[in-house]
Amino acid sequence: MPYGPHTPADRERMLSALGLDSVDDLFADIPVDLRASALDLPPPEPELELSARLREMASRNRTDLVSFLGAGVYRHWTPPAVDQLLLRGEWYTAYTPYQPEVSQGTLQSIYEYESLIAELVDMDVVSASHYDGAAATAEAALMTCRATRRDRVLVSRGVHPQYRQTLHTYMRNLELEEIPLVAEGEAAGTTDLDALARMLGEEDRPVAGVIAANPDFLGLLEPMSRIGELTHAAGALFVAVIEPVSLAVLTPPGAYGADIAAGEGQPLGIAPQYGGPYLGILASTDALVRQIPGRLVGMTTDLDGKRAFVMTLRAREQDIRRDKAASNICTNQALLALAASIYLATIGPHGLRDVAANGAARATELETGLAAIGVERVHPGPYLNEFAIRVADARTVHRRLIERGFLAGLVLADAEPDDPTLADGLLLATTELTTSGDIARFVAALQEVLSGRPPVGVETGAGAERAANPVGATR
Amino acid sequence: MSVTGEKLQPTLFERSSPGRGGGKIPHPPKDALDRLPDDARRATPPALPEMNEPDVVRHYVNLSQLNHAVDTGFYPLGSCTMKFNPKLNEWAARLPGFADLHPMAPDEVAQGTLQLLWELEAALAEISGMRAVTLQPAAGAQGELTGILMIRAYHRERGDTDRDEVLVPDSSHGTNPATASMAGFKTITIPSAADGGVDLDAFKAALGPRSAAVMITNPSTLGLFESRIGELLDAVHEAGALAYMDGANLNAILGRFRPGQAGFDVMHFNVHKTFSTPHGGGGPGAGPVGVGELLLPYLPTPRVLRLDDGTFRLERPDERPTSIGRLRSFVGNTGVLVRAYAYIRAHGGSGLREVSDDAVLAANYLKSRLAGTFDLPYDRPCKHEFVASGASLKAKTGVRTLDVAKRLIDHGFHPPTIYFPLIVEEGMLIEPTETESVETLDAFADALIEIAAEAERDPEMVTSAPHTAPVKRLDEATAARQPNLRWRPMAGAEMPCPD
Repeated sequence: MPYGPHTPADRERMLSALGLDSVDDLFADIPVDLRASALDLPPPEPELELSARLREMASRNRTDLVSFLGAGVYRHWTPPAVDQLLLRGEWYTAYTPYQPEVSQGTLQSIYEYESLIAELVDMDVVSASHYDGAAATAEAALMTCRATRRDRVLVSRGVHPQYRQTLHTYMRNLELEEIPLVAEGEAAGTTDLDALARMLGEEDRPVAGVIAANPDFLGLLEPMSRIGELTHAAGALFVAVIEPVSLAVLTPPGAYGADIAAGEGQPLGIAPQYGGPYLGILASTDALVRQIPGRLVGMTTDLDGKRAFVMTLRAREQDIRRDKAASNICTNQALLALAASIYLATIGPHGLRDVAANGAARATELETGLAAIGVERVHPGPYLNEFAIRVADARTVHRRLIERGFLAGLVLADAEPDDPTLADGLLLATTELTTSGDIARFVAALQEVLSGRPPVGVETGAGAERAANPVGATR
Repeated sequence: MSVTGEKLQPTLFERSSPGRGGGKIPHPPKDALDRLPDDARRATPPALPEMNEPDVVRHYVNLSQLNHAVDTGFYPLGSCTMKFNPKLNEWAARLPGFADLHPMAPDEVAQGTLQLLWELEAALAEISGMRAVTLQPAAGAQGELTGILMIRAYHRERGDTDRDEVLVPDSSHGTNPATASMAGFKTITIPSAADGGVDLDAFKAALGPRSAAVMITNPSTLGLFESRIGELLDAVHEAGALAYMDGANLNAILGRFRPGQAGFDVMHFNVHKTFSTPHGGGGPGAGPVGVGELLLPYLPTPRVLRLDDGTFRLERPDERPTSIGRLRSFVGNTGVLVRAYAYIRAHGGSGLREVSDDAVLAANYLKSRLAGTFDLPYDRPCKHEFVASGASLKAKTGVRTLDVAKRLIDHGFHPPTIYFPLIVEEGMLIEPTETESVETLDAFADALIEIAAEAERDPEMVTSAPHTAPVKRLDEATAARQPNLRWRPMAGAEMPCPD
């Protein structure tokens, strides 16, 4: 066994202390007919060979492509300090701070995380973390039902489709209805306020919560204040799905009256790593503090009066309340909350604003470049750093661009197959990692593909310098 | 460790000084945000701390040193399997090909990761004796929800809609009843038998046409293998219910007991326990779920599929209408799963069996060392963990298990899990794991024996522990009565971004 300390003599000593001949004696309580047959797995692989094989597997992923793919997960530059600090064993090999006297590092870091995110979203209470943006949104929906004692939730179709699918799973015993998006005109692609008002006004069908995202899945800015007003007028709670980097420059949920904010914390210094581990952000007003699921860390003192931190309001949690708990969550995403905190502390408020503004500036550049070759956005409304374009036979265009070294965002027909207005759509995102050169080469390659010309020579765009990413950088 | 006055460490906010930081991100064009409507723009910038990188680094290094961790010392936290986390696995998960891959990247550019996930599913199916495995759940508790929702779908599809009860023993993890509630079921709690095992007769009496599922942790949270498991599974299935196995204690039975082979219908794995992915100070984990034939149609979407030409792809949404759907975004906590894969391959089938053999041997050895000092309520071989009780010690000296636990901190050990499971008075759930040496086990036993002696000699020394930790015991009552859950911004915070 590669990581075990026991020599044959050690095992012998322990067995003889127990008066046993064989370790098999310790498994005698497993009924004979239920004992396992030998595991049919490959033999142990020495680290040297295993590491070579893992490196080979990793190299078969095409992370060399110049990417315009966002759709809820964004590549950002992460200061190497983040990952170097995360690699301290005191952080990543500890567990839930059940013993606060020997966990003050983790506890203070969680309190600081709660405080940093509370600043970003402009709200009172932030949970110690949830699994990801989708699960956090689902928990937010359940919170609205518990708090209002109603069981009908409305979610805008502008919320990420995978979040909506997750909501449907979590709300199987409750009612979930989707609010349509405006089909055309200036507000196309944003939540249909008339439809929302109608749904809220249905007699004898009171609504617990309304969920909308800003920016929405299509990158568009939503009329969050207006959605909040309509929601509150119906006695329901308003859940805002947020993207944390954008909150450096966009109005935060607390300022437009959201009761709960949920979202994906991955953009705060966390690598895309094919889906996780990420960071579910969940925040609420003080009024909902007893409904929020998961751990909360508060400031207190020790018996000497020294300031210290501790898990608190534990009566919401499964290990205390069992079937009456606010959620079944136990293990959360603490290390990712730490990553987000170190990222925010290192990059600072100016840095975060610059990250958001650079992404927006590159998006303007991309829009202009695309317009010059006759490719237009699908929706006219304002956006931050992500928008949809329309090209004929988008799926084929997307594939041809991979051959040329570009990941041309998301094929919207794959994500939203039921929306005919998105049938030929590609969803493109930019961040501070997008360069003007990337944009120029991408636009040129797209023009080539659209005009049916074959690629020129070797792949463009995906130069060798892109393959050599430092560990922790998230391209 | 550095202590600043009354505060252990100033917070980030107290270290902030307007104008510090910078040098990370190029300045954007000044008009970058001009195209946004005014009412969409943030009016007041967030009051985030302004720090230079050296201060940030020192802050987090000094804070980290306030933690006890597996890398700093013995961490016998029962039920949590705090074993060593191999460093190779950290390296592997950070390989750019794994770390930089976008979860919505097309299958053709994600073949390396898809193959790894597919192979991991197959390995977990083999280990558990299950038919198939989903890697999607983000943690054990989400795995439980996945399993119970599949059971619900199974009964509904058969038109069996009256089954609204989930049976759990009283020794179960709190997540089991909490999960049942989340999925819309009522929890029926069954008291344990005197020997700590399931009370077969009580289960049989409670099983009936309203039973949807039974959730069993095996070995139990007392560290005992449920020897009557075969009979219990028969009774469950006879009643038309399905059997869920909480796999939290899988570290005890690798290569010895395969739940699927034994008749369980569904189980979850805690890869941060059994397969040594780091606990991260409270996460991330991953909670894959294995199912037998009956629940196969209901697995969450998307599954990882292997095609005839040897390539891999993700299942498309709506490709399998019987699926319970999606529990979270994307395919799962892939970065965690890379580590679990590396762990399983480094051990192979024989190494995994040795893991359990050594974990069980270590627990029994440690238990034998404590006999005569602490009560051992269950007099039979344990599996990878065991419960000791401080009830007699308390009766004799007034010193509680909580005090013993706190005094262990002064000896350099993380305390075991205490007062869980709830059914043992003054209980300590001790799980040494297979990666701790005999010398460490002996030192820990010696410390507990010394503390018990000290409790008679000088109880005050024990009840006022810890004495050497960064802080004394905390005022948890005030923390709950007057919650302070976030730092409030410093007065006069400067507007960020002078340009």
